Amino acid sequence: MSEPPLLEVASLVKTYRLAGVGPFSRKSARPALAGVSFSMRRGLSFGIVGESGSGKSTLARIALALDRPDSGAVRLEGRSLFDLRRSELRALRAHMQMVFQDPYGSLDPRQRVEKIVAEPLAALGGASRAERRARVQASLEAVGLKASDASKHPHEFSGGQRQRIAIARALITRPKLVVADEPVSALDVSVQAQALNLMSDLQIEAGVTFLLISHDLAVVAHICETTAVMYRGRIVETGPTEALFAQPAHPYTRELIDATPRLDRPMRVAPLAPANGVEAPSEGCAYAPRCPFARVRCRDEEPTLDAAFDGGRRVACHFPLA
Amino acid sequence: MLLEISGLAVDLPAPGGLQRIVDRASFSLAEGESLGVVGESGSGKTMTALALMGLTPESARVTGSIRFEGRELVGLDEEAMRELRGDRIAMIFQEPMTALNPLHSVGAQVAEPLMLHRGLTKRDAQQRAIELLGRVRLAEPERAARSYPFALSGGERQRAMIAMAIGCSPRLVIADEPTTALDVTVQARILALIDGLRAESKMAVLLVSHDLAVIAGHCDRVIVMYSGLIMESGPVEAVLREPKNPYTLALLEARPRPGAPRGARLRTIPGAPPVTHENRAGCPFAGRCALTVNVCRTMPPPEVAFGANRFSRCHRAREVGFAQ
Repeated sequence: MSEPPLLEVASLVKTYRLAGVGPFSRKSARPALAGVSFSMRRGLSFGIVGESGSGKSTLARIALALDRPDSGAVRLEGRSLFDLRRSELRALRAHMQMVFQDPYGSLDPRQRVEKIVAEPLAALGGASRAERRARVQASLEAVGLKASDASKHPHEFSGGQRQRIAIARALITRPKLVVADEPVSALDVSVQAQALNLMSDLQIEAGVTFLLISHDLAVVAHICETTAVMYRGRIVETGPTEALFAQPAHPYTRELIDATPRLDRPMRVAPLAPANGVEAPSEGCAYAPRCPFARVRCRDEEPTLDAAFDGGRRVACHFPLA
Repeated sequence: MLLEISGLAVDLPAPGGLQRIVDRASFSLAEGESLGVVGESGSGKTMTALALMGLTPESARVTGSIRFEGRELVGLDEEAMRELRGDRIAMIFQEPMTALNPLHSVGAQVAEPLMLHRGLTKRDAQQRAIELLGRVRLAEPERAARSYPFALSGGERQRAMIAMAIGCSPRLVIADEPTTALDVTVQARILALIDGLRAESKMAVLLVSHDLAVIAGHCDRVIVMYSGLIMESGPVEAVLREPKNPYTLALLEARPRPGAPRGARLRTIPGAPPVTHENRAGCPFAGRCALTVNVCRTMPPPEVAFGANRFSRCHRAREVGFAQ
């Protein structure tokens, strides 16, 4: 029998109910996830790109069982997270860690760095004090901090350094899966390079596989074999990262690529069209109101994520590019 | 020259004396020109921008010279500065939610500088505010004018703040990380909007950013700051194609490059920026720099000129080049 996928996400739906203003107004409900499926193989990091409101952070939380979906399943090496007992889930958490986006909110200000970084080890149990200290030091040094920083408190560090503490904490159990939600966006370029090199090393040396969520295509391309592009709660395109960025098939993927600032060419953009703030249509393709190529069919019929090209590319578009 | 800065220094009180945040900065900006200021956190880029607006913290000591339209701004009293601010010089901040007042409608806030600086009546100012909101391409400007900041998206709020900034036709707009909090697709539109306004009205733009790629696409010239010092200055294209300062080079090589093989080693900069800028004899980048030699630790680096409008502050400026 073949090895089950490291992470399998199947038909996830999640709707947050937003209360309207005033007691008699209708409550609105916009799905944060409207049926998201993908699977990750061990050793092949997976990237998710998309803008705010695409549902990518909701997906990260559900993938780690920090939140429950309305429907759908998440399986880590074949075990369905939402069917596990609490104790089983806790044991499983050693294998899946998270690096959050916000370096200020995710560290307890009252604790010393040593305790913060060692926290995932405590859940595992069995590490001696000396071993724990050694691993904390190694973890801190690996992210470019000093071993002596272990005795300090979070407020003594800059934002960039705090994010490195958070990465050190996630990596200390040498987890199989690390879900990283914008792990380097708050970091300065020189520090970001250290963090990305560290992530590359950990993939090779420690067999860590990343589910990397980022708005930065270059960061995703640097780490991930496969990438999915999300728009309004759906995957609109997925496939091998290199091919996807070299020859995008979905007009939204192309818009993202064109809008990304690059050193080697000016940005290509239509400045007049509104980017967000466009209401999602109730039927048809969610991207149609923004899409320069939209036709009648796009407004009537919602496209499904179908195979396109060779090599596992899938795209949800009636009229894919290229 | 619209703006001429020479020997600008900003000191802030710190335990054990003053700390120098901006050190001997000199640069100029012509009408209609766009200058990028790039640097990492702690480089002094934001403090430089604040000094131009007279918005440094009260405890800060600002010395040197800032000449704007021929007038010296260093030492100018607050009242005179207030007359310039929002009129001849305007600022666009990173987070419009904190810069906009949540309790006033967007239209009223765009109208305010017009009443203050241009003496417009409330009715005329509000009419003009709607025109300005249309000019920054907010859909339905009348509705936007009646809205409160919380009802707008991040991109719409940034457009509203730009409308507020350009209301009095400033000659200089200082934009401090104006798009850092926005999605890339929104960022591209906001930057294109600023470009368009600059072309229309010949205002000069000082764009502060941590992202060299943002500056690459939208500025004529760039200054690269590190630890309070301008390390390199010159035309954007030349600086990016052929950096003459090891710090600029390191910044360029640290970025993941599109098309590079996955997992390719990125250049890292060892160590961390100096915590205090005081009592340094040599170059602030010494030790972190691959070209460091003894003189870098003992003597301040000289400004080495490359033609008329380009310099690098480095003892070994003539040896800098991309790794082959």
